[in-house]
Amino acid sequence: MKKLADLVKSLEDQLVVCMRCGMCQAVCPLFAETGREADVARGKLSLLDGLIQGMFKDPEGVNERLTRCLLCGSCAANCPSGVKVLDIFFKARVILTGYMGLSPVKKVIFRGMLAHPKFFDSLSNSASKLQKLFLVPADDFSGLSCARFSIPALDRRVKALAPVSFHSSVGRVETKTASGLRAGFFVGCMIDKVYTGIGHAVLSALEHNWVGIFLPEDQGCCGMPALASGDIDTFRKLVRYNLERFQPSCFDFLVTACATCTSTIKKLWPQFADYMSGAEGLLIKQLAEKTMDISEFLVERTNIVPADSSGCGDKILLTYHDPCHLKKSLGIAAQPRTLIRSNPAYVFREMNEPDRCCGCGGSFNVQYYPISASIGRRKRDAIIESGCSTVATSCPACMLQISDMLSQAGQRIQVKHAVEIYAESISP
Amino acid sequence: MSTNGLLKEFERILGKDNVFSEETDRHAYSYDAAVLEPSLPDFVLRPRSAEALGAAVRVCNENRLPLTVRGAGTNLSGGTIPKPGGVVIVTNALNEILEINEQDLYAVVQPGVVTAKFASVVESKGLFYPPDPGSQSVSTLGGNVAENAGGLRGLRYGVTRDYVMGLEFFDANGETVKTGARTVKCVTGYNLGGLLVGSEGTLGIFSRITLKLIPMPAAKKAMMAVFSDVSAASETVSAIIADKIVPVTLEFLDNFTIRAVEDFSRAGLPVEAAALLLIEVDGHPAQVEEEAARVEAICRKMGVMRVQVARDGAERDKVWEGRRAALSALSRIRPTTVLEDATVPRSKVPAMIRSIEEIGRKYDLLIGTFGHAGDGNLHPTILSDRRDKEAWGRVEKAIDAIFEKALEYGGTLSGEHGIGTAKSKYLQNETGRPAILYSRRIKAALDPNNILNPGKIIGG
Repeated sequence: MKKLADLVKSLEDQLVVCMRCGMCQAVCPLFAETGREADVARGKLSLLDGLIQGMFKDPEGVNERLTRCLLCGSCAANCPSGVKVLDIFFKARVILTGYMGLSPVKKVIFRGMLAHPKFFDSLSNSASKLQKLFLVPADDFSGLSCARFSIPALDRRVKALAPVSFHSSVGRVETKTASGLRAGFFVGCMIDKVYTGIGHAVLSALEHNWVGIFLPEDQGCCGMPALASGDIDTFRKLVRYNLERFQPSCFDFLVTACATCTSTIKKLWPQFADYMSGAEGLLIKQLAEKTMDISEFLVERTNIVPADSSGCGDKILLTYHDPCHLKKSLGIAAQPRTLIRSNPAYVFREMNEPDRCCGCGGSFNVQYYPISASIGRRKRDAIIESGCSTVATSCPACMLQISDMLSQAGQRIQVKHAVEIYAESISP
Repeated sequence: MSTNGLLKEFERILGKDNVFSEETDRHAYSYDAAVLEPSLPDFVLRPRSAEALGAAVRVCNENRLPLTVRGAGTNLSGGTIPKPGGVVIVTNALNEILEINEQDLYAVVQPGVVTAKFASVVESKGLFYPPDPGSQSVSTLGGNVAENAGGLRGLRYGVTRDYVMGLEFFDANGETVKTGARTVKCVTGYNLGGLLVGSEGTLGIFSRITLKLIPMPAAKKAMMAVFSDVSAASETVSAIIADKIVPVTLEFLDNFTIRAVEDFSRAGLPVEAAALLLIEVDGHPAQVEEEAARVEAICRKMGVMRVQVARDGAERDKVWEGRRAALSALSRIRPTTVLEDATVPRSKVPAMIRSIEEIGRKYDLLIGTFGHAGDGNLHPTILSDRRDKEAWGRVEKAIDAIFEKALEYGGTLSGEHGIGTAKSKYLQNETGRPAILYSRRIKAALDPNNILNPGKIIGG
């Protein structure tokens, strides 16, 4: 424990910034459900302080409470004294996992599968064929499935793996256009293996705007799931793996259509790149600077303008959910709205609290499904109250959560990515 | 009863999910927003009904367990830090607004309702609940009543005390005591509400609060007045009041705070100004226009550098943005932020501001001062690093000196943050020994086992 206290002490200068004012209670989606101080940033920061002071017999309790967090960053975005909450939480997870070891299940998932992208691909390919044995369509509308047999852990509705992954269907793409502008496309696991339609929408959006494309076939995961579990080794491995495939000199910008991938590459890669060698570290920083969310790229680098919103007779009502990793971590909220409003088939209407977390939180959703779902139901209700028949967002993980919530409530509301809405308006 | 026996008993009364006994969970209730040492309770209870709350109090009393009630834990004087080995009762699951009566202009709430949420529900009915402490987005009404919380609107609208019409609370035995009424007038029995408001959880535990509501003023107007010297700014404050105008808010920012805010938010504040006054008047539109014009004229007469009157909502927000950012901006300069609330009679504000500056120089400390100049309630904010023992020693001396000055000017130790444990050692200097002994006799009579937030306000 003394050793652990010394390790956590490296965070002291950041921890001491918290003045315990408690303002994070106003915005934490988890705290809103549970009302428990250990669920909100102030409580977690005090636990880390407690570790430094040697207050606990067993670090497992602290580890457990630290894991119970959506990493949505609402607290950091609202913190009066500017505590870098997410930075601290990631570092603390790395320290605690390093000290206590990774759970056997996570070891298999991260080090056995995620860290080896090719093996992971072939595994999900087989899984996509086998899943029919276990899943049946949940309804005739959402495209979601539920478990064929009643399994308590699977009381949710999931989007099945795509029959053919995005990378298998398009392969390697390298194009140049007269515009001279070229975008690298970081696909991300969810779009590659589940929401392949988003990947195709990104390609058509880029092509339509005369943007050259650089798309290596064998990309890996951005590393967020590993880092969120404190597995810095797998995270490093994946950063290196991707860096080899995305040399910054190959494109002007790197775009992604996944809010989590964007914020991971843009913020976490350079932040946790300190340990990498000088040249490698420099490349990571360059790559991070070139990384953009797809809506941000299309709106700021090509000529996309909102369509005329008058004459809403037969138009579709559309609302938008802000992914935390886009708005709270990168401040991107206007661009996706501009993008979806460029499609004249839709009329945009804001929902209440559009930037309230959907409750997915990646592995949080797996570990704490009942709380995740109860946070998700608030988002669902806001969507329903907006009266819209389509909801757009910019993160496939949010899409999964929102679809699950809407489908369980029997709501026939379409869930789409912002770039899909845009692509609809340009497809022949 | 053994610790294990108590755990079982609490779980039986409250349900397993509402009793926290693991060390990590308990640790998360060992502190509040005051810069004080944390102290670990043995149990944390989160009752979901008034009945469960009362039953928990009875168990605490039977077992002589010190009991500290906690709303959002935003207390700035240590009032929600428990006794080691004691019990913390969290009220945030008792968060229902039970009634809003638009005919008789009152509301009945449970103690865990969040202040800002309540204010916004009230506002949606065209009514107004004025107390707006700085922590209102998270603070609870129960905590506000227990601390007699103030806020920015105190000058015109008073503080929490002025809105408490009635209370239901548990005494130390867990018996329900009712006091007050839903009527404007009520002289029935002792004014127990008056005793309980601001008692910091030492005399009873609220289960139901009846609050007065008032009609929402139809119009408001804000302005920013820039001064090249502090005395002119504070004399302007007195001149406005002397002209029989009572603004809703009359806020002051010193030069140190102005520069901190400007560095932090680039809001376009005049960094060369010695002081800013942020003034808002409200009421009937015609009256607002007239008062705003008079305030502007007074500022000019008092030698203001310039006055900016907000023409619309956006400009009004702009005026308040700087004030709202004050504490954030200051707190980012150094790791430890000590926010005090020494309060002096309005006429002594210039002298107090000068004294705070002298104290800062004497102890070589960074002190930013902002606050509610209109009611004499200043917030000298000392910036330091608690880990630096030598510097912290100077901070403690500076705090002593600030309180000494406030009392010398006929002021009070606390305008709105309460005494808690942070200021109890100064209490006698203000009230004298007899007042403390009188208070202790009340406490001993009402809480013979001394279980209700022991050690707060009057020590012991």
